[in-house]
Amino acid sequence: MKISFTLNGKKIRVDVPPDRRVLDLLREDLSLTGTKEGCGTGECGACTILVNGESRLSCLMLAAQLEGCHVTTIEGVSSAKKLHPVQEAFIEHGAVQCGFCTPGAVLAAIDLLQRNAEPTRQDIREALSGNLCRCTGYQKIVDAVQGGSAKLKKGQTS
Amino acid sequence: MYAGGTDLLVRLRKNPVNPFPLVCLGQIKELKGVRESPEGAFIGACSSHASLLSNPIIRYAFPVLAKGLQVLGSPPIRNMGTIGGNICTASPAGDTLPPLYVLDAVLEIRSQNAVRRIAIKDFIVGPGQQRLNKGEILAGIWLKNDPDFNIHHFEKVGQRNALAISVASLSALLKVSESGIIERVRLAWGSVAPTIVSPTNVEAALKGHFLSKDTLQKVMPLLREAISPIDDIRATAAYRRTVAGNILLRLLASFPYKEGYGT
Repeated sequence: MKISFTLNGKKIRVDVPPDRRVLDLLREDLSLTGTKEGCGTGECGACTILVNGESRLSCLMLAAQLEGCHVTTIEGVSSAKKLHPVQEAFIEHGAVQCGFCTPGAVLAAIDLLQRNAEPTRQDIREALSGNLCRCTGYQKIVDAVQGGSAKLKKGQTS
Repeated sequence: MYAGGTDLLVRLRKNPVNPFPLVCLGQIKELKGVRESPEGAFIGACSSHASLLSNPIIRYAFPVLAKGLQVLGSPPIRNMGTIGGNICTASPAGDTLPPLYVLDAVLEIRSQNAVRRIAIKDFIVGPGQQRLNKGEILAGIWLKNDPDFNIHHFEKVGQRNALAISVASLSALLKVSESGIIERVRLAWGSVAPTIVSPTNVEAALKGHFLSKDTLQKVMPLLREAISPIDDIRATAAYRRTVAGNILLRLLASFPYKEGYGT
């Protein structure tokens, strides 16, 4: 079946089998392998993408559900030369170890910061509670989201 | 037929269906949002949990439902999953179900030529089983605001806070007088039987008594008879039986309780 949607700012039209998951469409058909498959059952958050700005799990969506939607994957948050402030903050705060959860965590953080520009540490923990990380112990991820919040604020005022 | 897909896609991964005759209701605008009318509030079945959590009508008129929604799944699951899906999936552990039982939710079922209404307790008949006939969809949920209740309680016991399927949960609405007497009470337990348990004999036994530890302890035998928990991967039946009773005692924490009430 043919579906049309906006992917990382570009309108695209694809022909997919009706049982294609969004995750497989992105990774296998469109070679956007930044989106990871962890559990495949909606429990780990590694496959998080933004659909109309909201975090969703691409392992639990069929491609047809994207019809008419605006989709952002990790490949779409930075420009060619510059990382997104949240990505910079993840690097600066050492919030990345193996990196497998990072794309999902960054997108969940961007979703949070769009709704709540100055989240408390508790707000951050709740917003990222669907993104499992087996390496960092989460403290540095929370630090990084706070750092990202400060960077975004600074970017707006300067 | 599905809406959010958070349950269906997990099942399809285990047992692929071919051919694939699936209809997704998730983008039908008429099935989304909350509307107020003289009859009460109407919640579109395809409203996501997150959209209801941020809805002022739900937050202020139905706080017990908001409390259940707050601990359902994780943020992305709440962005995707819908209240109608939670009802039709009919899991005894569905987090919106105990709140909807104490609120006496009435479901609006639509088919091509007909509309019918059914109480949620009559709609859900077993784990994963409800009275939705071929050609019908759940269009929405009718709730009546009852400002009489002054305790709106929800507690879920799980293995962790986020992304946990409940081991046992309790929803309660109470009207407690200034002197501490329970004037009205509605209770519903999740995850302790094949369907939500809302035992009228336990409610009746509490009515007219002081809200105290003593009063709550006295209804424990009735409660233990009303529930029929199972052993599963998350907990044993014996543990559920104990917890179902213990979470009732937490009602005391929802009320400005003074030592000596009812003793």
